[in-house]
Formats: sequence, structure tokens, C-alpha cells
Amino acid sequence: MTAIDHSILALILLVPLAGALLVAFAPDRWKLPNWIALLTTLATFVLTLHLPAHFVAGQPGFQFEVNIPWIESPAISYHVGIDGLSLWLVVLAGLLAPIGVVASWNAIQTRRKIFFSLFLIQQTAMLGVFVALDLILYYAFWELSLVPMAILIAMFGRKEGYRAALRFFLFTFIPSAPLLVAILWLYARTGTFNFADLQFQIASGVLPAGALYWVALAFLFAFAVKVPVFPLHGWLADTYSEAPVALAMVVAGKLGLYSMLRFHVGLFPTQARQIAPILIALAVIGVLYGACLALVQRDFWRLIAFAALSHLSLIVLAIYGITFTGWSGAVYQILSHGVVDGAIFLLLGALELRYATTTISSFGGLAVKLPRAATYFVITTLAMIGLPLLSGFVGEFLILSTTFTQVSRGWAIAAAVGVILGAAYMLWLVQRLFYGPESEVAAKPATDLRFGEWAILTPLIVLMFIMGVAPSLWLNTIQTSVHPPLIREQMKYMEVLQTPAQSEVQR
Amino acid sequence: MTPFPDILRILPEVVLTLTGVAIMLLDAAIPPAWPRRSLGWVAAIGTTLALWTSLWQLSLPQGTGFFQTVETSAFTVFFHVLICGIVLVALLLSLDTLPATTHHQGEYYALVVFGAVGMCLMTSAIELLLVFVALEISSISTYILAGYRKQTVKGPEAAIKYFLLGSFATAFLLYGIALAFGATGTTQIYELARRLPTAQNPTFVIASLALMLVGILFKVSAAPFHVWTPDVYEGAPTPVVALLSTAPKAAAFALLLRVIYEIFPSLHSLWAPLLWIVAALSMTVGNLAALRQKNVKRMLAYSSIAHAGYLLAAFAGIGSIGITAASFYTAAYAAMNAGIFAVITLVAGYDEQLNDIDDFRGLLHRSPLLGILLVFFLISLIGIPFTGGFFGKFYSFTAAVDGGAIVLAIIGLLNSGLAAAYYLRFALATAQQPVSGKPIAAPKPALGAAVIAAIFLAAAATLILGIAPGATLGAAQSASHTLQTPTVETNLPTVPVQSPQ
Repeated sequence: MTAIDHSILALILLVPLAGALLVAFAPDRWKLPNWIALLTTLATFVLTLHLPAHFVAGQPGFQFEVNIPWIESPAISYHVGIDGLSLWLVVLAGLLAPIGVVASWNAIQTRRKIFFSLFLIQQTAMLGVFVALDLILYYAFWELSLVPMAILIAMFGRKEGYRAALRFFLFTFIPSAPLLVAILWLYARTGTFNFADLQFQIASGVLPAGALYWVALAFLFAFAVKVPVFPLHGWLADTYSEAPVALAMVVAGKLGLYSMLRFHVGLFPTQARQIAPILIALAVIGVLYGACLALVQRDFWRLIAFAALSHLSLIVLAIYGITFTGWSGAVYQILSHGVVDGAIFLLLGALELRYATTTISSFGGLAVKLPRAATYFVITTLAMIGLPLLSGFVGEFLILSTTFTQVSRGWAIAAAVGVILGAAYMLWLVQRLFYGPESEVAAKPATDLRFGEWAILTPLIVLMFIMGVAPSLWLNTIQTSVHPPLIREQMKYMEVLQTPAQSEVQR
Repeated sequence: MTPFPDILRILPEVVLTLTGVAIMLLDAAIPPAWPRRSLGWVAAIGTTLALWTSLWQLSLPQGTGFFQTVETSAFTVFFHVLICGIVLVALLLSLDTLPATTHHQGEYYALVVFGAVGMCLMTSAIELLLVFVALEISSISTYILAGYRKQTVKGPEAAIKYFLLGSFATAFLLYGIALAFGATGTTQIYELARRLPTAQNPTFVIASLALMLVGILFKVSAAPFHVWTPDVYEGAPTPVVALLSTAPKAAAFALLLRVIYEIFPSLHSLWAPLLWIVAALSMTVGNLAALRQKNVKRMLAYSSIAHAGYLLAAFAGIGSIGITAASFYTAAYAAMNAGIFAVITLVAGYDEQLNDIDDFRGLLHRSPLLGILLVFFLISLIGIPFTGGFFGKFYSFTAAVDGGAIVLAIIGLLNSGLAAAYYLRFALATAQQPVSGKPIAAPKPALGAAVIAAIFLAAAATLILGIAPGATLGAAQSASHTLQTPTVETNLPTVPVQSPQ
């Protein structure tokens, strides 16, 4: 391991933090905060690209791993590392950050210093969640990611920012209290916060199964709120419709889904399998419920929020199908969703900036005046609804096909109906925004995508195409380096499935 | 070992006393028309000197002086440094925020310093009568300071309430001491601990424990002895509250640790359930009441009651684990609470045009630096990681879980969730857009060098306790070792089982 390999993750975490401090102390002149934030996030992105470039595909376990004792008693350490699961999520977070900065370039006019410093702190916290392998370190980053988000929503919310921020914070903070109790309980029993050690000790069966069930449930509860899974989605629509574009696009979904894969399914495979039927059901309900609500929304941010609920539920379905292909599909879909949702946010943010409204019915016939925006919007929509050759297809196909063949046909068909509904509301949205007669609002003079907007959207669009036609670029690393205990569990599960009677029980 | 004069055992107290006397004399000596601000600097320098001499005391061998009435040990040094640190922050804060027209400014600074003498002596005294004298020294100066804004209605009210209830509570403590003396014939703590198990009349012993607990729990404002807190905090000047809500409590907690773990370790079965109930009650009552407050200082008063509860949860821990956790929490709590009151003083001004949470609306827009600091101290009070508040709660609840009080830990964590609501409401209010058209009552706060230093000290302490708690934890651990008498089972493991590497 070279010196840079050793410190790359620390650099990725520290550069945004240093940028945040720099923004805080630099004068608020000549768009200086914007430029510092942009350069910082670009530098972070370049650093994250080091990871896939030097990642050894096929090697089990964590890479770029660093484990330095931090506090002696209790034994907390600065323990970071990545594997195929987190590798691309780190890169995705790195990619979306500079795009978020450019998206806020003109949208944020006041208090730029606070906005960009908190945005960069949020970035550190999010990257920290993806790389932390010590449970307390992970918890620390997890909690830290809430604070800048809540403050920024309150400061820069559209109308009801304060309420949305309070809602967001309490919804996600309160479940993390049981999470902390569960972590402390594990520590009291095992004497370690180290992810790999805990995984080993839990798998070895020395811990009482009854208590582990509750511990696993506490973990799951915290993650399910963050994703969100169906009955816990109360914060989602408000947050989406209030949060500044840059923030909504960087936080959506990823943290909760990643945590589910790593710290629930990965840490408690037995308990996850026990509770899987319930989550599969909730996920399918979420897919359908989100799609139905998205159909009737009048505000496009709320529409996108419920669409996200639907899409994220599909990924939850893939995770709790407990199939290896399903997990690959889930990770791939998280990546695709990050890119596609990011593009949608940018485009809708651009519309809101031009026409100062978010009511869908006040738009119409924009395609004539904004041809470039319309083209990009249509491509993004098609990627979102899973048209072949675009990024959304690969993940959806993997998820639905494995659910159909290995989990349950009924649930797969129900989820597919949700996907079809997804096509309905998204295409209808395109029609209402860009086609039909020109509305009063749309008659206002407005320019098509400016250079900055075009420059950040084009890479995302290109990425959608590449992810659609060459998924193996990503799937190889995702598939081959999912950590061994997951694969072992997978093998056991496959054996179970081969006996028909037991697979009936699973359904 | 060369013998050294006993006076070195109380050097910080001596330094503080001399500083206080010097300020009184200077105050009388300089012409009335001259500004008294420089006296504040004298006080600050004296306190820094006392802090430094406390650290120097670490080089003395652990032991007692003056016929076994005072002691120096890692425990006393830990609390001396803590108390002197808080007093220093409060003094620096007062230097820049006390208006030049304040009456009797010289006495103000002298009283703060004399209060510090009492608090320091409380932690180092090992003779209950001296403890009582120290408590009175610190109490009387805080009673006067609480009523310092005597031209307002609430100031004298606060002082009188504090004084009446406070003297009532100290009377309880004194009765407790008297009964302990009756049972054993001594008031020297170690001697008392030695004689108590064989005391003639166990009823006296139990009554003495109960009465002492009442007296001390009043001082730390734990429920159900908390009723004075909101009124006093509301009426007292904010820089005084920064001191009042932290330093006397730190001293009282040190005293509580001494009483519980040195005098009455044998009565564990009696005080453990009592403190369990008081802890659970304090957190719940404090948080539920704080949820409904509109006034910032009242809200923080109830929040300090809740924090006393979190801290008392550490007493469920076994032996030195509990002591370590409690000492660490005291430090973390003192840092963040002194910090938040410092910011509030600066924003609202000494004469407090801003009282309600709504008045702080838009602070982040108006004065980003102060806003960010306020939010920082609030998230530390919530207990978000990378702040002192997180590790304070972490160690406290770990100690409770370790001592078998899992239910208490769960009550504590649920309470933390509840508490997040009101802290966050305050934090988000500062983030909201200011109401347009509504003029802001207070002028834009002026940042002087002293007040910047005060806030910087508090913020740095909160941050360091949250990022590198190791050093403070080590100090708290050695403090806990020196506190335990040989009669207590000292060979308990202090470090939880290490992970197999």
C-alpha cells in the first residue's frame, strides 16, 4: 500500500472540512465562497476517483483500510475502509457535490458563507458514513449529517422551511436513540465497535438470539426512517419541497439504503432474513403508494418526493429479497437513482428559478422556448422510468427479475405495476410541463439552459447512457467484492429456497 | 521527600482570596469617578494564577494538610481546574458585557472571586464543617450576584428566592452533618467513613445520609429540589447565570461524589435507588417543562435540570467507572453551558432586550459567527457527536448500563430525543429568515477581546471534549482513583474489556 492509498480516505474526509473552514473565514466578496466551495468539491471528486482507479476488484474484504485507535476506553478507533459496496457510493457523493455547488451558484444569493460551509460539512459527514467501519465513528457521522441539513433547510427553505427542518430532524434523530442503545449493548457484550469483529461474533452465535432480534430491529428502524420505508415517510415530501436543490439531491436515499445493506443485512443476516417478509411487503406497498400519490400531486417537488418514495422502496425490495443479484441490482439502482434524481432536481430547480412557481398546472408548452431543457428532461425521465439503454433499466431489470424468479412472483408483479405507474406520472409530468398550449406563466420571457447549467447536466446525461449500455463497468466491482459473509449467507439462503416447502414459508 | 508547608495544599484558594481582597482594597483606593473595568482584569489574572497553581499541585504528593482538614489529590485538582476555568470564562464575559454604569463593579468582581474560593474549598475540604463553611462562602456570594440587577423587579425576587430556599437547603446539610457527628463523634470524612459501619445507631446514619443528599441535590438543582432554578436564572444577569449554572454545580457534584463514595459507600443499597429515581425524575421533569418554555433563560434553566439528571445517571455506575463518568460529564456540561450563556449574554445584552426564543429569530442571518456558535453549543447540549455533550452522555449512560441500570439509560436516551425538540426549535429559530419590518431590539453585539477569549475557551473546550476526550477522561479516571478510600473495593476494573485485536 503506497502512502497515498493509506491516507486517501482521510484526505477525502478532511478536504471538504478544510474547505468549510476556509469559506467561513474568507470574505464574502467576488463570489469567493462559491469558488472555494467549487474548487474544494472538485478536488474531493478527483480524490474519490483515486479509489476506483486503484481498487483491486475481486479481492475480498476492505481496501484502503486504516485503523488508528482514537479513544482507549471505550475502545473507539478511527477505522475506515471501503469495499465494492461503498466504493461507487463514495464516488457518487463526490460527483454530486460540485454539481450541487454549481446548482446553488445563482439560487443562493444571501448568506453564501454559511450555506457553503454547512454544505461542505454535510459532505464530510456523508462521506464519513460511507467509509466508517467503527460503529461509533459511523454513528457520529450519521448524526453529524443531520445538523447542517436541518439548519440549511430552515435558513433557505422555500416557504415553511422551519417546520420542514424540525420535522426532518426529529424524524431522523429520535430513531437514532435506540440505534445508539443497540450499539452500546453490542459493545457491552462483545467489547468492540469494530465492524468486522462484530460481524464475526454475531455470526458465531455467542450472543443471545432473542436480544439480537431487538438490536437488529433498532438498527433497521433508524435506517428505515432515513430511506424512508413506507409508513415512516412523513418527513420526505416536506423536505423535498423545502430543501435547497443542492441538498435535496445529495442526501436523497443513499445513506439509509447503504446502511441497511452494510449494517443491517450485513451485520445481522439471520435477523434480516426473519424480518424480510414484512419489509418486502412494506416495500411493495411503498412502491405502489408512492406512485399513486405522485400521480395526484400538484406541486412538482412533492411529485418527485413521492416518486422517490416509490423508487427507493423498489431498492428496499431488492435488499430484503436477500439474493445476491438483487443486492447488485440494489447498489446499481442506488447509483442510477442518485444520478437521475440529481438531474431531475437540477432541471426542476432551473424551471423554478425562471418561473418562480412549482405548481405543475401553471406550466405548459415550454418545449418550444426551452428546447435544450426539454430534451434533457425527456432523457432523464426515460432513464428514471427504466427505458433500456439508459441507467434506470439495468437496476430495475435486475431487481424485478430476481424478485420474480427467486423471491415471489406476486410481489414482483405488484412491484412491476408500480413501475408502470411510474412511467405514467413521469410522462404525464413531461407532457404537462413541456407540451400542450403555452400557459400564461410560460409566456414569460426566459432563456434556455445557461452554460453553467448545461455544463453540469451534460455529464449526468452522458453518465446515464454509459450506465445503461455498459453496466459491467460498475457491476464487476460491485459483484465481486461484496464481502464474504454476505455471500455465505446467500449460499445458505439458496439452499433453503431449493426445498419448495420452505420457500413457501418464506413467502 | 522534603517536608513542605501546609499552605501549599490550599495555594489556589489562597491566591483567589488574596485576589479578592486586593480588588476590594483597590476599589476603595481608586477615585470613584474612574472606571472599574481594570479590576476585572485583576480578577481574571488572579483566577488564571489560581488555575495554574492548581495544576502545579499535581506535583505535590497526594495527602492532607492542616490537621487533616484539606486534601490535594488528582480529584481536587480536576475540580479546581474546572471551577477556575469556568470562573475565568465568566469574568472575561463580564469584562466586556457589564455596562460601564453598573453599580459597585469592583464588588462584583470581588464576589465572583470569593465565590470561587468557596467552590474550590468545597472540593478540597475533607472535614464536613469546613465543607459547610466553604459552601456558605460560595452560596452567599452567588446570592448577592443573583440580585445584581436590583433596579429590575425580577432581580431582587430571584436573589431572595435563591437565598431563602438556599439557606433552607444548607440547613438540611448542616443537620445531616450534625447527625453524622452524633453517630460517630467526628466530622472528618475519612475518620467518619471508618467509624460509620460500626456506628451505634444506624438510624442516625441513614437520616444523616438523607439530609445531606437533600442539601446537595438542591445545589445541583435536581428534581424534586429544582423549583428555584428557572426563577433565579431568569432574574439574575446572564453573565452571572453562566457562572451560577456551572461552577457551584460542579463543586456540589464533587461534594456529592465525596459524600456518596467516601462516606457512605456501605449504604449503596440505600442511595443507589434514591439517586436512580432523582435522575429519572430530573431528566423527565426538566425536559417536559423545557418543551413549553418561551423564555430562553427559563428553557435553559429547565434544560440544566435535565442535565443534572443525565449526570446523576452516572452514579448508577460501579465505583470508579461512575465517578469517572460523572466527573467527565461535569466538565462537558460546564463547558457547553458556560458557552451558551456567554453567547446569549452577548446577543441579548446585559439588560436583556431579547428574552424569548422568537427574539433570536434570524440571528444566523444577522450575525453569522454568533449564530453558528449558538447552534454549536445547542448541538452539544443535544448530544450530537464530535461535541463534548455527546461523550458526556455516552460515558454517563455507558456507566449506567454497566452498573445494571439499563432502564435508566433508556429513559435517558428517550429524554435526549425529547430534549432535541426544544434545543432544535431554538437553533432553527436563529436560522429562520428575520421578520421583515420588525426592528431588532438589541444593537448589534460588540465583540471585545475579553468576550471573544471567553467564548473561544468554552467552544474549544466543548470541541476538544468531543474530538479528543482521552486526556480529560484520563484526568477524570485518576481523580476517581484518588477519591476511593481503601475501604471501598478499589480493585474493580476501570477499563471495560478491551476488544480482541
